[in-house]
Amino acid sequence: MPSYDVMPNMELYQPVRVEDALDIASRYADRGWLVGGGQDTYGWLKDRAKRADALIDLSAIESLRGIRETPDGVEIGALTTLTEIAESGLLKQRFSLLSDAASVVASPQIRNIGTLGGNVSQDVRCWYYRRGLSCYRAGGNLCYADTPQGMNREHSLFETSRCVAAGASDTAPALVALDATMVLRSVDGERTLSAEEYFVGPAVDIENTTALRTGEILTAVRLPKEWANASFYYEKVADRNVWDFSLVNVAAAFKVSDGTIQESRVVCGAVQATPRRLQSVEQAIRGKAKGAVTAASVAGMASEGARALAHNGFKIPLMENLVKRAISA
Amino acid sequence: MSTHIGFDFTPPDVPGKVTGEIKYAEDYKREGMVFARLLTSPLPSGRVVGIDAREALRMDGVLGIFTADDLPPVAPPANPALASEYVSFVGQPILAVAAVTEEIAESAIEKIRVDFERRPFVVDPLESLSPGGANAYPEGNTLVRTEEEGPEGTPIRGAEIRDVKWPQSAIDALRAGKEPKGAEFTTEWSFGDLDAGFAEAAVIVEEPFVTIGYPHHSLESRTCMAYWENGKCYFHGSSQSQSANDNGLARMLDIDPANLVFINEATGGGFGSKIGPYPYMAISGNFAKRLNRPLQLRITREQEFYIGSARSGMQGWIKMGVKANGKVSAIDLVVVNDGGMTGAGSGNSSAQHVTVAYQPENMRFRGISVYTNTTPRGAQRGPGQNEMAAVLAPIADKAAKAIGMDRVAFRRMNAIDSDGFEGGGQGPVTSAFVREALDQGMRTFGWEEKKALAKQNGSKVRGLGVGIGYHGAGGRGYDGLVRIGTDGKLYIHSGVGNLGTYSYAGTCRAAAEALQVPWERCEIVRGRTDNHLPHSSGQGGSNTIFTHTRTNWVAAQDAISKLKEIAAQDLGGEPEDYTIGDERVFATADPSRGLSYAQAAARAIELGGKFSGEEYPDDINPITQRAVQGLAGSGLIGVAKDNIPGEGQPPGILVGFCEIELDKDTGKLEILDYTAVADCGTVVHPKNFENAMRGGAVWGVGLAAFERHVYDPQNGLPANTGLYQSKPPTYLDVNVETKMGAVNIPDPQNPTGGRGIGEPTQGAAAAALASAISDALDGHVFNTAPTTTDMIINHLAGNDYSTKYLKTNTF
Repeated sequence: MPSYDVMPNMELYQPVRVEDALDIASRYADRGWLVGGGQDTYGWLKDRAKRADALIDLSAIESLRGIRETPDGVEIGALTTLTEIAESGLLKQRFSLLSDAASVVASPQIRNIGTLGGNVSQDVRCWYYRRGLSCYRAGGNLCYADTPQGMNREHSLFETSRCVAAGASDTAPALVALDATMVLRSVDGERTLSAEEYFVGPAVDIENTTALRTGEILTAVRLPKEWANASFYYEKVADRNVWDFSLVNVAAAFKVSDGTIQESRVVCGAVQATPRRLQSVEQAIRGKAKGAVTAASVAGMASEGARALAHNGFKIPLMENLVKRAISA
Repeated sequence: MSTHIGFDFTPPDVPGKVTGEIKYAEDYKREGMVFARLLTSPLPSGRVVGIDAREALRMDGVLGIFTADDLPPVAPPANPALASEYVSFVGQPILAVAAVTEEIAESAIEKIRVDFERRPFVVDPLESLSPGGANAYPEGNTLVRTEEEGPEGTPIRGAEIRDVKWPQSAIDALRAGKEPKGAEFTTEWSFGDLDAGFAEAAVIVEEPFVTIGYPHHSLESRTCMAYWENGKCYFHGSSQSQSANDNGLARMLDIDPANLVFINEATGGGFGSKIGPYPYMAISGNFAKRLNRPLQLRITREQEFYIGSARSGMQGWIKMGVKANGKVSAIDLVVVNDGGMTGAGSGNSSAQHVTVAYQPENMRFRGISVYTNTTPRGAQRGPGQNEMAAVLAPIADKAAKAIGMDRVAFRRMNAIDSDGFEGGGQGPVTSAFVREALDQGMRTFGWEEKKALAKQNGSKVRGLGVGIGYHGAGGRGYDGLVRIGTDGKLYIHSGVGNLGTYSYAGTCRAAAEALQVPWERCEIVRGRTDNHLPHSSGQGGSNTIFTHTRTNWVAAQDAISKLKEIAAQDLGGEPEDYTIGDERVFATADPSRGLSYAQAAARAIELGGKFSGEEYPDDINPITQRAVQGLAGSGLIGVAKDNIPGEGQPPGILVGFCEIELDKDTGKLEILDYTAVADCGTVVHPKNFENAMRGGAVWGVGLAAFERHVYDPQNGLPANTGLYQSKPPTYLDVNVETKMGAVNIPDPQNPTGGRGIGEPTQGAAAAALASAISDALDGHVFNTAPTTTDMIINHLAGNDYSTKYLKTNTF
């Protein structure tokens, strides 16, 4: 593939109402490309590794922006920027897990323009796939990363199915930990999915990372009050402290009473295509004291079932250590 | 007393850089300008068997294509602007398309069909050296020099490609971290008696090492724009150098250098990748000529990865013998360089670092640079020296520990001084004061106090490190040119490039100092050939401060002589009866009897001849001759070649001290303190010195702990063609503050006392950080530069991890 960097010609739509955007999205179907902040759009298009007939720019739709308190919790418009989420007083007060996660996405510049909807809907970061190679995920019939010689340091430990790419979102594990609800609209109406249902691995759909269907738009994310003000822990480990994707991250929410964990949701990111909820750990720590002793007893459980590739074995102890820290903190 | 040297000032281009008004090559537009785009190879190795551009050429707005057939033939090992037959790396330019807009040109690229014949490829030099291993070129896999190597960054000449294979036992040995016995090398030297040196040793340390290659990431890519008028080519380029481009670029354009106007007001970094004219300049200049239109060839970030050249990675082995008193008695060093498609390796420079940093009594170096089907390799900030500094520091620490010696004391024992030597030829240095630098650094950093601090803090462990960076830092024999105008101002003509270091300005201060002209009455004339610029060194190898404070000094001395001669002619007496000061030349005995510089300049014009540049010294370079001819009759001309006597390499040496906290849970490290002390003679421009220290430290941190360069051995594809994938450290990954100092002892071979220091600032920081990482982990030697988060986690977890994964392009 020769190298490109100039945007190819395509139609550009800039609707100001959701209804108009849905009409356009429906009309263009898989030939249309939804764009919010554009941080996972322009690379694909300028590299000419993916193509579209029409770019549907959602950024002028004001109703998709903002953080609102509702009787059931908090609703966040999908176009709300990561900076707005990181700095939101309401979120920092009640759902700091998400604001903490948003605060370490990429770089300040990218957070200023990148949106929550885009961050959770972004494509995987497998470098082979992004170069435009015809791999399974791109509709081909092989995986370049899952081979003895593949350069797969950043790839998955779990739930691989032909494709071994890992998820890249830093906020997705936080949304799963908070048991968020994703609001999806199309010309046919609205449906909701839990965050766990929203993210899909290659065994379910090898060409998409979410359950978003053609013509649908993710309009909002709802955080249920059930997990507000829980004891939260978020940590991201990346090669660099800014402008980098996670090697592994952990997002955990604990309901603690008198030092004892009543209930928890512990999720790791960048270890498989979707956020990985560690239900065995959650069950093992229920009723135990939140602290180093409990943490040490379950850390090994975090990575059970991991299958390391040639170069990503380091993710196993890293994942265990992060889970240990989450429970210890 | 010094008036300019050693004082801060604001270089004249700084405001433009702050406001954004300054122009880089890509900012220049010209009426009727057209745009060219490159079609690059998708294959790591093959042969172009056919190009069908008919559909592209039929597109509205497409003006033509330009291929290797439009340029003089270039045979390997030279790096052709466009692949003529063989393609030898992914991303190699094959042709250019020009169109009235960039969008059309890029769309036209998509319409061109290139048919290839695939060839075997190789991305790992040891694979190529293995029995039956693939060769990057049909002719072979290594470059054998038939002539001595030219200066850093200059094109390869006097070399041929040969096929060298090692016995499998040698390959296996090197991969296992042992000496590759029976291996063939292309470069070898030694001094002393190696066996005797090891026999004297109380301790012998033997370690393998691997350093990655790394592409250049200058913020400004090498975009060029050219147009032709009246037989002259006006060429906007992005270079580290100015006058050093003239002859080579003129050759590429097949014109007399007198017909070239090379314009390069500012450059967004080069770091060794833009020292001289680069091959792709030939496309812009010749395509513009063929179309008879101004033409811009914009190089994208990805293309800069492909063609911007990269540091050569190395795989090697070192054996170090240390006597009971800590003196290094013997070093045996093997380096296999990854030469990419150009074959350029820097093993000899790596060995040179070893000689300067530890002054071994006996040493042998054996090296070979192997072609791989990866991007062109070339100079990159301290090529060879800096990466060697990074991998060597923990190994030296291990030796010091084995002998029971403090790590700083070990370096002090082996430090170079003014009687020391550098390189395999054991050549002299102009002066060196590394012990003084180590002592100063220890005090500033608080080495002894920090050693006494607690090691462990929860999951975090403290590590202390020390490192030495070195690069030869100065040249001789270039020309200086100054003009005193009839307005009395001093015009300092500089052929030095503006690569972002501001050395072009710092060196001009030498002329102001010598002629005692206030800085506000000086003007630096530079940036384009038709500003009449003298022959200058290329701005590589940290040489500029030494080289061009000297040229500007000698030009000023010539001007002073002429001022005195004019005064003696007009006012009586002999020239030696006169002195200068306050922008006047006057009788020493009677200061009221004299001429202002403005009056003297007017008289120089009237007198003509040598005074106003109608005549000039025989020994100045033709470039300077043309510059003087252009200035003739416009003032009092001072022009001279630097014939200042002396010998030896002016060394730039830096010592670094680093304190880190490493989190054993995450493998992440935080730099708590970094202190650097330079041995670079007199600091010419303190503010700029500080900036060099900071910038070098940032890249040193990258070299030691962050950089990434990955090629897939399955298909020859590079993984990190973008900036973020290459992982230069960010603001939040480096030390907040760089504490710094300088020994500040003048170099006796420079009238201003200065030597260069640019490159070692990276090497010292990399070495100090590598040393600190090792110290934090109880002296574990990773043998890699960089040592990244995943490697640290693997080590701590006891994961299977050894040099078997460590290949220059694949980790």
